[in-house]
Amino acid sequence: MIRILALLLALCAAGPALAQTAAPPPFTDRGQLSASELELRAALKGERISGRVSIPDQQAANLIQPEGLDWRGFHNRTLAWIAGIAVLGMGGLLALFFLVRGRIRIAGGWSGHTLQRFSLLERANHWMVATSFLILGLTGLNLTFGRHLLLPVIGPAAFTALTQAGKYAHNFLAFPFTLGIVVMLLLWARDNVPEKADLAWLKQAGGLMGHGHPGAGRFNAGQKTVFWLTVFGGGIVAASGYVLIFPFSVTDIGGQQLAYIVHGVLAALMFAAMLAHIYIGSVGMEGAFDAMGTGQVDYNWAKEHHDRWVEAQVTKARQTVAPRDAKAAGAD
Amino acid sequence: MARMKFLCDSDRCIECNACVTACKNEHEVPWGINRRRVVTLNDGKPGERSISMACMHCTDAPCAAVCPVNCFYTTADAVVLHDKDLCIGCGYCFYACPFGAPQYPKLGNFGSRGKMDKCTYCAGGPQADDTAVEYIQYGANRLAEGKLPICAEMCSTKALLAGDGQIIAAIYKERVTRRGYGSGAWGWRTAYQEDVPA
Repeated sequence: MIRILALLLALCAAGPALAQTAAPPPFTDRGQLSASELELRAALKGERISGRVSIPDQQAANLIQPEGLDWRGFHNRTLAWIAGIAVLGMGGLLALFFLVRGRIRIAGGWSGHTLQRFSLLERANHWMVATSFLILGLTGLNLTFGRHLLLPVIGPAAFTALTQAGKYAHNFLAFPFTLGIVVMLLLWARDNVPEKADLAWLKQAGGLMGHGHPGAGRFNAGQKTVFWLTVFGGGIVAASGYVLIFPFSVTDIGGQQLAYIVHGVLAALMFAAMLAHIYIGSVGMEGAFDAMGTGQVDYNWAKEHHDRWVEAQVTKARQTVAPRDAKAAGAD
Repeated sequence: MARMKFLCDSDRCIECNACVTACKNEHEVPWGINRRRVVTLNDGKPGERSISMACMHCTDAPCAAVCPVNCFYTTADAVVLHDKDLCIGCGYCFYACPFGAPQYPKLGNFGSRGKMDKCTYCAGGPQADDTAVEYIQYGANRLAEGKLPICAEMCSTKALLAGDGQIIAAIYKERVTRRGYGSGAWGWRTAYQEDVPA
């Protein structure tokens, strides 16, 4: 009996001690970082703090993503500066060039004879890409600059209506743009393979400043640059654009942000580059627009800018006119 | 005026998800959209903890900074709200938001997003307070009725606190002092550039 009492007493005495050890040790003793410390480290390392969520949307599992603040800096400052300098800078350069050099005339004057430079398919495809590119570019620039330039002028309701329409146009025109890029590659890749003569053309800067015309085939080195810029640049812009158009279908938040950065920078630079292409194909050079307008270019213009192409065309035309069994006069 | 904030005491959160459910119910939030969610860190491991997260109504809000149509505004209570009549659903706020708060109804072709939806701190939107049109667009406006957000109000362990930042920080500090530990105020450094000692 005494033994049992002693045991009970002992148990009673041990009770509080047992309860003490069962209580969780202080959080800070468990080697855990505080929320603030975790956030600071994540921000410094550019890492996300992620866990598990019971809802199906896995994007929701990210508790804090500090890269969002970097993306904000890119969108509001970096991209605005890159796009602003590229587009305005190119505009300024072209204006300056026009003042110095003026419209580049056909040195030999209009010959009155023309030859076919681009077929209907080539021209239709060019203009499909051109119109979609211009609208894509302008609606894209509107997303970066519209809030500061257009919104104060036309007011919030009109600006939202315009930008909303622009968003749909941007989404839908991505498809004809991409199709056109593929068709361009199939139609023109062969004539745009770089060759040795391109170096000479580049050395003379395409005769832009002097009066000489370096020789060129169907496309000169400048056009080849525009072509490969369109195909590769346009290809990457399109690919990153599809990542953005189908958000989170192939990547997570980090990938989406990266796709936006690639898309924004490349598109802004391409837009600036295409301003030069538009300039030289319209006001910058006499006779150049016809190539993509009617498809028929003046013989003198062609001889001055694409001498080797003209030679090849003339040779081909002569072969076509002559019957297969025709012999030179006096040969038999 | 008060500076409204959320504070989640992760030493109290038991991941019951009642805040998520109450929010969806209060505002009749559509399927697929979660204005609030509970994230569990170190799930099943020592040091596991759950945090209820929604829009933190940041100081110098990143969403407002990147919005191409400038549809965000901050109320006198420092609640960050947006105008759905101006939003175009571009998704930029989701890329910029550190807390993944903006949500988009999926509609139309491709991944085309509808107008953004997020936690309103139960403060409705730019429509007239407590009107039917405000309810349809933004949900209930409890703040206009003198009430605090439903998620915090009905939190069973009072892990989630909502109210003036100074008051809820004081409540949290007192808790930490009494129990002798705390893991800190999640998101405060990022949202308010401010720290509550743990």
